[in-house]
Amino acid sequence: MSRTLNLELKIWRQDGPDADGRFEVYPALGIPDDASFLEMLDIVNEELIEEGRAPIEFPHDCREGICGTCGMMINGKAHGPEKGTAVCQLHMRKFNDGDAIVIEPWRARAFPVLRDLVVDRSPLDSIIEAGGYVTAPTGTAADANDTPIPKEVADSAMDAAACIGCGACVAACPNSAGQLFTAAKVWHLNSLPQGQAERYRRAENMVETMEQFFGSCTNHGECSEACPKEISQDFIAYLNRDYMKSKIKNRRLAGQS
Amino acid sequence: MLPDSKVPEGPVAEKWDKHKFDIKLVNPANKRKFKVIVVGTGLAGASACATLGELGYEVEAFTFHDSPRRAHSIAAQGGINAAKNYQNDGDSVWRLFYDTVKGGDYRSREANVHRLAQVSVDIIDQATAQGVPFAREYGGLLDNRSFGGAQVSRTFYARGQTGQQLLLGAYQQMMRQVHEGKVKLHTRTEMLDLVTKDGEAVGIVTRNLVTGEIESHSAHAVVLATGGYGNVFYLSTNAMACNTTAIWRSHRKGAYFANPSFTQIHPTCIPASDEFQSKLTLMSESLRNDGRIWVPRDVDETRAAGDIPEEERYYYLEEKYPAFGNLVPRDVASRNAKTVVDQGHGVGPLKNGVYLDFADAITRDGQKAIEERYGNLFEMYERITGEDPYSVPMRIYPATHYTMGGLWVDYNLMTTVPGLYATGEANFSDHGANRLGASALMQGLADGYFVLPYTIGDYLAPKLGEDPVPTSDPAFQEVEDEVRSRTAAFLAIGGTRSPEHFHRELGKIIWEHIGMARNQVGLEKAIEEIQALRAEFWSDLRVLGNGDTLNSSLEKAGRVADFFELGELMARDALDRNESCGGHFREESQTPEGEALRKDDEFSHVSAWAWNGIDTPQTKHKEELDFVDVPLTQRSYK
Ligand SMILES: Cc1cc2nc3c(=O)[nH]c(=O)nc-3n(C[C@H](O)[C@H](O)[C@H](O)COP(=O)(O)OP(=O)(O)OC[C@H]3O[C@@H](n4cnc5c(N)ncnc54)[C@H](O)[C@@H]3O)c2cc1C
Ligand code: FES
Repeated sequence: MSRTLNLELKIWRQDGPDADGRFEVYPALGIPDDASFLEMLDIVNEELIEEGRAPIEFPHDCREGICGTCGMMINGKAHGPEKGTAVCQLHMRKFNDGDAIVIEPWRARAFPVLRDLVVDRSPLDSIIEAGGYVTAPTGTAADANDTPIPKEVADSAMDAAACIGCGACVAACPNSAGQLFTAAKVWHLNSLPQGQAERYRRAENMVETMEQFFGSCTNHGECSEACPKEISQDFIAYLNRDYMKSKIKNRRLAGQS
Repeated sequence: MLPDSKVPEGPVAEKWDKHKFDIKLVNPANKRKFKVIVVGTGLAGASACATLGELGYEVEAFTFHDSPRRAHSIAAQGGINAAKNYQNDGDSVWRLFYDTVKGGDYRSREANVHRLAQVSVDIIDQATAQGVPFAREYGGLLDNRSFGGAQVSRTFYARGQTGQQLLLGAYQQMMRQVHEGKVKLHTRTEMLDLVTKDGEAVGIVTRNLVTGEIESHSAHAVVLATGGYGNVFYLSTNAMACNTTAIWRSHRKGAYFANPSFTQIHPTCIPASDEFQSKLTLMSESLRNDGRIWVPRDVDETRAAGDIPEEERYYYLEEKYPAFGNLVPRDVASRNAKTVVDQGHGVGPLKNGVYLDFADAITRDGQKAIEERYGNLFEMYERITGEDPYSVPMRIYPATHYTMGGLWVDYNLMTTVPGLYATGEANFSDHGANRLGASALMQGLADGYFVLPYTIGDYLAPKLGEDPVPTSDPAFQEVEDEVRSRTAAFLAIGGTRSPEHFHRELGKIIWEHIGMARNQVGLEKAIEEIQALRAEFWSDLRVLGNGDTLNSSLEKAGRVADFFELGELMARDALDRNESCGGHFREESQTPEGEALRKDDEFSHVSAWAWNGIDTPQTKHKEELDFVDVPLTQRSYK
């Protein structure tokens, strides 16, 4: 049967985008170790409400590690201590009785805090808007099996497409760079036959939009380490390659690869 | 009275083409003169936004999420059906149509289902063209699997993340239209009410979830693609924020609610471990292709699963349904799990689960093959339970997963409020009393890419030259005032219990009485209990903070308030439908062997409920269903 834990939480509280933030300390007592990390916060919140104190706002939705809504720094690590795991899938059995846990929102210039642990990640949508798609108007598609795609290619596109857009890569990066997120989408589309027509345009537009919001990549590799889907840092090399090609060879104007 | 369902005349296979020819068109140059509001950016909403934008309409899209990509469609694991017959195993549009009507236990509209099967093939082409990385064979062609009781392999999938990849495909197409300036996106914006004028939908009132601002938005038509209401059960496989508010507030403004008690309880979820449990996690149904379901025969069994000899295991599905075995439809699998657990055969610390065992499959195909098929699911299971399913059987139990009920819509997907459409899980249209696996993604995308973009023109065409009603109109001001005072009311109660508390308590009532088995006494009791708890909610709710900041308790309070009213209607609908069909099992209506017994003479209809005010029960309207091409038969999976 499950153990219970008594913990001390030190949590970033901030009443609004323009308010000053501060750390507050809360006890979390009698937490069952079968609970998820977010269920632990639920329990604390119910107690806060009981005491008439404002509950902690934290981002979450699916609680299955797929929607990319959740995200917080736990003891300085994006999504906490378990590798390849979004915080909603982290369980209290990974902690010990008596632990002190520091919880902060994603820290990045591009992700301003809205309240407590909730941040604005809309720059990620802007990067997609800039070119993270194939122009495929509804109703114009050929039969899906007309273009066979080697399994290896489809699998590798899927490895990149698995990104959940949580922003942990940015939060973990000392430069708050957006390369891993951008590279994952660029590789997903640029590696597939369907993505070829817009390949270099896509790389160029997405990278240039990314640079408006995010810092530059200096290959620390913290991004892949923190990624709950363990998206490979190798994709960044592919991104750089396609971006360079689009610039140097002016492939964009030439159209096709 | 219920309006005409607008099902076209003629043979079922020709209805859709004929209809597309017959309905009014908006000329390409005029489309930009029409504004359409789409609430929801899941599969149904994002696909509609993308396509309407491409066609030239001015679209305004709303989601309470911080990005369209977070919609709950993202969580679908297993796959999407399409009648491609790529496996040459005898599949066809007709077979998918037939399976879906039969699987829905004859409570859906034949014409809608046939259309769904027809456009299913286009969805796969469309998604592939967008770069959706579906699983492939070594030869480079698309791979398929058989799913949830289907006897052909027609399910397309992208690892265990099919919903994610299809949603990203639709989201990316939508963002392309945002880039083109055809779609205006409002994130973190929740629709709190519908605005009607002279009986027609003219816009919505929203709350900005960051600033608390209440705003009006007007358009020529409003589309609700706001997903299902499974969270009325509190514990479900839905994401935490899924709710009924958009369709419920619209119901109160005149949209009939169809078959609210038709909810699907999915057989393969991880059992709850305690009171603090916030949601349940689905283990994809595809696991039933290789896992064997069993419980110990002895109710006092204490040995570990692996130590229980073969003859002391009760493989109840294989024994009772030799033809389908572990692949019986969801409702049958769920009900049988409940029966064995209620009899005391349950496994796990709380004796609230059954085993799903992969030992034989691992021996047969090797661990590597199983890992390839289900690796990520096994990992997820281990993360949640701390147990390794390669060495001990999984424990599973049914959980609420999908709602077949929803707003009543005609063949054009329009509700009983002219100009108001409902698509995806938010409508009732295609799944009858039970949805087949891998067909919700299909329906959401069918509605959004291939149906609504055509049918909406029929309503809009005659409005050419009319401007949308301005938001300064009293119709908008009145609804804004209602929304403001409701928000203020939640904050003013000043009671002692959180919205979460009331939601959990409500969920217990619903699960107990409107769950996998229902009976008259229980349903009547449910109505009383819900009413009593609702009264308590309105006098003892505690929402802290204020209305002009991000305040998730306040958001939740509004959603729970609507769940109360919906829960009561679910009970009334279940009470009224004194038959068993699909996911709706009335204990009073069963065969001598304990299987569901439909009563086609009395209940071969859709129940569409009209709002009469908070203190008067809804009025039921019937849409009679005709089964011409799929003759009525009692389902049997023996
Ligand atoms: C765990 C899980 C696994 C599943 N697996 C499968 C599968 O393998 N195959 C299959 O076919 N089906 C599956 N389903 C079912 C399927 O995923 C859903 O039925 C489908 O995705 C619903 O899509 P939708 O677009 O209708 O709604 P959703 O994707 O739920 O989108 C709803 C949208 O509406 C918005 N919204 C709602 N209310 C408001 C409001 N008031 N104001 C503003 N915005 C609002 C939300 O922000 C969101 O954008 C699964 C479901 C679950 C829960
Ligand atoms: S809450 Fe969805 S990924 Fe964590």
